Amino acid sequence: MFELLKYYLSFSFVQYALIVGVLVSLCSGLLGVILVLKRFAYIGDGLSHVAFGVMSVAMCLNMVDNMLLTIPVTIIVAILLIKDGSNRKLTGDTALAMLSVGSMAFGYLIINVFATSSNIAGDVCSALFGATSILTLSSQDVKISVAMSLIVICIFIIYYNKIFTVTFDETFAKATGIKTDKYNLLIAVITAIVIVIAMNLVGALLVSALIIFPAVSAMTLFHQFNYVVILSGCLSIFNSAAGIIISILFSTPVGATIVMTSVATFFILKILSLLIKR
Amino acid sequence: MEQIICKNLEIGYDRKVIMGPLNIIINEGDYWCITGANGAGKTTFIKTLLNLTPIIGGAINLQNELKQIDIGYLPQQKPYQKNFPASVEEIVRSGFLNKINIRFYYNHHEKELAKTTITKLGIAGLEKRAYGSLSGGQQQRVLLARALCASSKVIILDEPIAGLDPVATQEMYSVIRKLNQEENITIIMISHDILHATADAKQMLHFDGNGKYTITHK
Ligand SMILES: Nc1ncnc2c1ncn2[C@@H]1O[C@H](COP(=O)(O)OP(=O)(O)OP(=O)(O)O)[C@@H](O)[C@H]1O
Ligand SMILES: [Mg+2]
Repeated sequence: MFELLKYYLSFSFVQYALIVGVLVSLCSGLLGVILVLKRFAYIGDGLSHVAFGVMSVAMCLNMVDNMLLTIPVTIIVAILLIKDGSNRKLTGDTALAMLSVGSMAFGYLIINVFATSSNIAGDVCSALFGATSILTLSSQDVKISVAMSLIVICIFIIYYNKIFTVTFDETFAKATGIKTDKYNLLIAVITAIVIVIAMNLVGALLVSALIIFPAVSAMTLFHQFNYVVILSGCLSIFNSAAGIIISILFSTPVGATIVMTSVATFFILKILSLLIKR
Repeated sequence: MEQIICKNLEIGYDRKVIMGPLNIIINEGDYWCITGANGAGKTTFIKTLLNLTPIIGGAINLQNELKQIDIGYLPQQKPYQKNFPASVEEIVRSGFLNKINIRFYYNHHEKELAKTTITKLGIAGLEKRAYGSLSGGQQQRVLLARALCASSKVIILDEPIAGLDPVATQEMYSVIRKLNQEENITIIMISHDILHATADAKQMLHFDGNGKYTITHK
């Protein structure tokens, strides 16, 4: 089996997939902690559906690089959603659900009407579930993904303490003169970027798994913020790398394999934490 | 020494006045206790002092070089914080956030100061403990320690004893009293516990609920 793995690893597209997979999952692992704690996880889910709609438009336009369209549009939607999130009324959740279902339907519809591809069902399936897209990344995609991931990671390291305070207690942060709006904006932008690049990895429907599972798994084991963040990042990297390798060896779909690995690590950690508590 | 002067201050939401005009002078070393029925506008008043809610009319003047960031705050606790994965140390240190500006991490001095504050409030030994695993009284003292790290001049507390048992309540009061008497920190506290809270307070501000208020100096 190792021979086989070594053989596959010599292909550049497999190397690309691993590099992008590790970087993107590190981002989603870090970001996931904030989104889960801020109760914004459902915004991530909604955003991925919006991103699917935008991606469909890009596909119809035959854009070579659909990220150039999806990233900016998703950022704008994210900003609108998270800005609204702080003084959200009861209708907020419903509005988000309407927006996300609407974009899915819109995306599927226009692909069917306008797309010139011969394999529409295949395109849609890979946009939704990731299918094989991570293995077919262009070097342009890889460059964008790597650059964006590095930016996100740097922002996270630089603003770590501010992000902690804004997440734990926004009122206090604001009262002591922290510009909380600025940091919420930053979180919105990062969320959008991470979701769009993570979509290449696991597809629109499975993106929220990448954000939620590592964070929640880490929280079952640790109760200190810095440990939770670090473990969440590591778990996320492990899940993606393991998922990609398993999917290559057993020719399973990449996205679903990564998510199932995440589910497995979640249960392992959950059992571990129960054993420790006893 | 005058610190905060409210001049014909009107407070409320969405341009609707719920209280005022208020004329109040807060001096250094004061201990104000704000009382009143639910919904009378107590929280709104301190949020206005903290610049979290816009002023509707009148003005708040900070005197003698008191700056907005010199006012520390202990907010009403929020339910989701109970299970937040954070250690005591992490939370207390976050009080320094407004002082670090372009530096991104806390320096040695701030870490030491956080430690001293933790000891001062009688929660030493809990530094590494998870916030969620503490008792209500301990949690409040953690938040008070954080407020002290943010400011050593004025501390505003919104119902610091809500949900505490009688023993923890008395301990909380004695911690606040000590800060006021020994360190001359100005205290502005909202409380529903008229009997005990007023024993320590030197100034009483009562909101009547119809936009009127009464001030009593002891
Ligand atoms: N964000 C808000 N927007 C609009 N109105 C609000 C808002 N927050 C509070 N109010 C209203 O302002 C009034 C005063 O509320 P406030 O929270 O100041 O009362 P309080 O005296 O602190 O009460 P409690 O003892 O319950 O804490 C209430 O009638 C409330 O409905
Ligand atoms: Mg209140």
